[in-house]
Amino acid sequence: MAMDDIQVKDGVDAETVEAVKALSGTYKYGWNTEIEMEYAPKGLSEDIVRLISSKNDEPEWMLDWRLAAYRRWLELIEPDWAMVDYPTIDFQDQYYYARPKSMEEKPKSLDEVDPKLLETYKKLGIPLKEQALLAGVEAPEGERRVAVDAVFDSVSVGTTFKAELRKAGVIFCSISEAIREHPELVRKYLGSVVPVSDNYYATLNSAVFSDGSFVYIPPGVRCPMELSTYFRINAENTGQFERTLIIADKDSYVSYLEGCTAPQRDVAQLHAAVVELVLLDDAEIKYSTVQNWFPGDENGKGGIYNFVTKRADCRGDRSKVMWTQVETGSAVTWKYPSCVLRGDDSQGEFYSIAIANNMQQADTGTKMVHLGKNTKSRIVSKGISAGKAQNTYRGLVSMHPKAKNSRNYTQCDSLLIGDKCGAHTVPYIEVKNNSSRVEHEATTSKVDDDQLFYCRSRGMDEEEAVALVVNGFCKEVLQALPMEFAMEAQALVAISLEGSVG
Amino acid sequence: MLNIKNLHVKLEEEDKQILKGVNLFLEPGKVHAIMGPNGSGKSTLSYVLSGKGGYEVTDGSAQLEGVDILDMEAEERAAAGLFLAFQYPVEIPGVGNMTFLRTAVNAQRKLRGEEEMSAGEFLKVVRAKAKDLKIDADMLKRPVNVGFSGGEKKRNEILQMAMLEPKMCILDETDSGLDVDAMKLVAQGVNALRDDKRTFLVITHYQRLLDHIKPDVVHIMANGRIIKTGGPELALEVENNGYADLLEEVA
Ligand SMILES: Nc1ncnc2c1ncn2[C@@H]1O[C@H](COP(=O)(O)OP(=O)(O)OP(=O)(O)O)[C@@H](O)[C@H]1O
Ligand SMILES: [Mg+2]
Repeated sequence: MAMDDIQVKDGVDAETVEAVKALSGTYKYGWNTEIEMEYAPKGLSEDIVRLISSKNDEPEWMLDWRLAAYRRWLELIEPDWAMVDYPTIDFQDQYYYARPKSMEEKPKSLDEVDPKLLETYKKLGIPLKEQALLAGVEAPEGERRVAVDAVFDSVSVGTTFKAELRKAGVIFCSISEAIREHPELVRKYLGSVVPVSDNYYATLNSAVFSDGSFVYIPPGVRCPMELSTYFRINAENTGQFERTLIIADKDSYVSYLEGCTAPQRDVAQLHAAVVELVLLDDAEIKYSTVQNWFPGDENGKGGIYNFVTKRADCRGDRSKVMWTQVETGSAVTWKYPSCVLRGDDSQGEFYSIAIANNMQQADTGTKMVHLGKNTKSRIVSKGISAGKAQNTYRGLVSMHPKAKNSRNYTQCDSLLIGDKCGAHTVPYIEVKNNSSRVEHEATTSKVDDDQLFYCRSRGMDEEEAVALVVNGFCKEVLQALPMEFAMEAQALVAISLEGSVG
Repeated sequence: MLNIKNLHVKLEEEDKQILKGVNLFLEPGKVHAIMGPNGSGKSTLSYVLSGKGGYEVTDGSAQLEGVDILDMEAEERAAAGLFLAFQYPVEIPGVGNMTFLRTAVNAQRKLRGEEEMSAGEFLKVVRAKAKDLKIDADMLKRPVNVGFSGGEKKRNEILQMAMLEPKMCILDETDSGLDVDAMKLVAQGVNALRDDKRTFLVITHYQRLLDHIKPDVVHIMANGRIIKTGGPELALEVENNGYADLLEEVA
């Protein structure tokens, strides 16, 4: 057994606790950037859709696509099946486009970006310089660099390492740029995984999305670094509708990270994103999210309403996708990253930690749709509820008639802290052939007083003890994250639970 | 070191008195043993001293180096130098043993306003101490106590004690479940920590542990009280005759 191995892992955990201790207050990213903004008029109409399209210098086909989505959206009604409860959203009382004035002339390089914006990302610990990494992490010689696309309200501020990635054939840019520069790829794949008419929020997003990230990995290429997008909602009363499209061509590989924060405001804000992943033969995508939108205060005031559609289409044989999510923020979360296992022998994995504290509500899970032969899926969900929060795991596993010899394994664990919160597990299982197998295990437990006392008798205070026990509960999922994110996520787990005990 | 006066403890939830006036005076550098029939209140005493919830002190006091500890949080007592090796160590799934140890060491240091131990130094120290207790690297990596055998759990408690270097060590039946060799290892671990400042309170049912960890004083506890105090010979008497005569003496 390599002791050095221990040192690394051990270092992560102990440093996390340090990091947590060093942080005061509950939501660390709640500050606001004072910056001059330009808004589209409030409300939603065809004119607003046209305006967004023209702000992005989009071609005609894109505008038509948006308008079709908008018309479709008008006919839809908001879904209410999720176990979440929030005031009716007035879609006319929102801004659908907000961009910093300084972004009017698109900066040609990061040097031209408004220093205030650069400062914002620096404060968030997101490096927009090409040598750095996520805050506080030392890079081992030339390794583990992360390219970042920074999205501020409705626009992408800049993308790092573009040139270097280009050399490897990788395209990493904002979606608005991709629409202009790579129309053939965008037209071919946009909406091919999440159709315009998929669901209420996805349709809305298709009409009004303003920016997001685009990734294309050519055949046979292993992306030379981690890619990441960092979303920041800053403006008030503004919805963020981002759109991400990642295409992993044959036999390619990419690991992609997504992070999100927003200022602390007492009016709730809407975030409705669509993420589409396309995987061709033998391709592999790892998609990790650390979602830390402002959760609202302890009385449930403010916070982000997070309605997200994320789906991966494993079109190619032997393709493999892995979703890992750490959901600690948002007032309301409605999110089911899904895998369509179309290719034979394709694989989908979903690892999730969802924490709901105070008045937060989370309804999250996944869909594994097995269409191809010998497809495999694995779901590991860890839900933690504290305060008066409600946390629901909702998951669908579907084995179609042609999905012979397919397998699913689902493990769904809930942990309750205190006795005013709730945990719910809602599995839907459909098996339409007789050679496939679905296994489902679920547990619900309370944070154990004896464990907490054991920790405290060794010198840890109550919050440290809870953080340690909960991080242990989530271990399997934390281990699925890339190293840098694992540290951040562990710290977040602890911060999100502050004030949940005692 | 530890001065317990007239300690009365009842259960918080029920009207059940468990400790009925315990007096103990433990001097620095000494090893005291407590023996007593099952259910006499030995573990309860150790829990109350280390700050476990669910008990109510109705009378009496406990001072560690002259400072009242009964109002302190469990972690403050730990940082002040009190340590309990549990009769039934708790399992913590997903938390690496090493992580747990390092978090504990640094938490105590921080509470005392001391510098944290660096990762490198910690690793060096823990390796050496684990080796003395024949705890292998795999056990350090595994989640705290999960799937450990009874004896491994007890050795792990002693490893924690060795790392935390407490002033006042309470060992609750650390010998139960140990094979002969493991018992020697544990005793060596304890003896290695013995010095003229550190105090031990060893709760046990058997003389054989006391063959290896020679006590200065032996107490007999029954029905929530210390009913007799003597030298090492008292333990031998219990070993040979059981508690019947002693209980009769006080009845
Ligand atoms: N939480 C509790 N609820 C109910 N009874 C309790 C509780 N804690 C302790 N007791 C009772 O108090 C008495 C003393 O228990 P304790 O565990 O202190 O005994 P002990 O001397 O350590 O025994 P043993 O030698 O078997 O370990 C027992 O009768 C036990 O059942
Ligand atoms: Mg006992």
